[in-house]
Amino acid sequence: MGTTDSHAADAADLKRTPLYDLHVELGARMVPFAGYDMPVQYPTGIMTEHQHTRAAAGLFDVSHMGQAWLIGPDHETTARALEALVPSSMVELGRGKQRYTVLLNADGGIVDDLMVTRPVAAADDGRLFLVVNASRKDVDYPLIRAALPANVRLELIEDRALIAVQGPEAVAAVAAHAPKAAELAFMTADWMDFDGIRCHVSRSGYTGEDGVEMSVPADKAEAITRALLADERVKPIGLGARDSLRLEAGLCLYGHDLDETTSPVEGDITFILQKRRREEGGFPGAARIRRELADGPARKRVGLRLDGRAPAREGAEIKVPGGDTVGIVTSGGFGPTASVPVAMGYVAAAHAAPGTKLALVVRGKELEATVVEMPIVPHRYVRAARA
Amino acid sequence: MTTYYSKDHEWIAVDGDVATVGITDYAQSQLGDVVYVELPDTGKALKQGDEAAVVESVKAASEVYAPIDGEVIETNAALVDSPANVNEDPEGGAWFVKLKIADKGQLAGLMDAASYKAYVETL
Repeated sequence: MGTTDSHAADAADLKRTPLYDLHVELGARMVPFAGYDMPVQYPTGIMTEHQHTRAAAGLFDVSHMGQAWLIGPDHETTARALEALVPSSMVELGRGKQRYTVLLNADGGIVDDLMVTRPVAAADDGRLFLVVNASRKDVDYPLIRAALPANVRLELIEDRALIAVQGPEAVAAVAAHAPKAAELAFMTADWMDFDGIRCHVSRSGYTGEDGVEMSVPADKAEAITRALLADERVKPIGLGARDSLRLEAGLCLYGHDLDETTSPVEGDITFILQKRRREEGGFPGAARIRRELADGPARKRVGLRLDGRAPAREGAEIKVPGGDTVGIVTSGGFGPTASVPVAMGYVAAAHAAPGTKLALVVRGKELEATVVEMPIVPHRYVRAARA
Repeated sequence: MTTYYSKDHEWIAVDGDVATVGITDYAQSQLGDVVYVELPDTGKALKQGDEAAVVESVKAASEVYAPIDGEVIETNAALVDSPANVNEDPEGGAWFVKLKIADKGQLAGLMDAASYKAYVETL
């Protein structure tokens, strides 16, 4: 038996999150990911972990991701500094509100995707909380620093871990320790005590499910995780299920579905461009992005459902059945909730309409696939907080 | 019937000149949840090391190699409908192919159960 999924990196070079020892204790299979030794799955396996997250609550260690403060004298100044790098409105971001956006290069290509949160307290005005991809920290931080005016600075947060709890029971499980979590609406955040530990909690995540992400003191991360895992609704979930969950939810993985050649219009994430920014421009690559918004992009990210049972992986060619190559798969696998193989990829705009029949080339054979609306599994975000 | 093992984690049970080929329990545990199995056509002549089947887990595609030369005389079609059997019964009902052995001498290059167990412990 041979597998294409080899992990040859030297374990000695890998960084560990504050939850490393707990992952090992829980029987996780650890693999190198973005320079960190991370759990890909626990003993029950990816399928069970995926289904548990959709049915109850999954706990993910996302401490490898980069956390940082952007700090300026007032909100307007800090927001405008960030707006020079991203196409989203940051000036209008309300207190306690969170927004998904992208860092752009001069060609309008995506340098990284990130979450930006404006703290809820008026006393914190001038600060924005950023969460970036682990694999892009070394690119993002110098890029941001080089673009900042003298009165705005980037301060990395090295002493906090990041824990995501995702699924229909996630907020209830967290609220048992941090009651304020139940009051958050989707894409809002606040500081709160979790069993007396000060945490910054946002109602967000990357699985398509309701849930939270908690920025917690690194030295308290294990205690918080153990407290959550003591709740039978909450199980630890590895990167394997995180990948299948986000794929079904139509969410992009940087370096796969988004990269420096891809614009937000091609990536079909134009919701990140609010009206003022579309009209005014003033972000890197604005000429290309505004042209693509007006005329349509040459290629576009689409969701694909395979008609058969064989999955298609990243790199598979996308063809018109029996005809020309029109694109490439950027993420693909089996969707445990969809119960069929699913994929996303880029196709020439003429082939991007839902319902279009395409073929994915796997081991030299054409597999039938259909362009489908994303998300493939509907999102279950909670837009308004429960009373 | 004697069972041999390859370094690629295939098992091969030999009965006369017919060899039944599957993957070991260690292999299935490394793969994780199997969601798809692709089998060769019967009549196909395989050389040692050729791809005899493909197993896809949630995560990745892996090849099952022919541990010896032989012609495919039967495939386990039940795996196509129930790929999860590979996880549940890898060294029993979830065999992949039966080969008509071309060269019994190649069996000498494979491991017995004790050697394979010792080999896995080194991994």
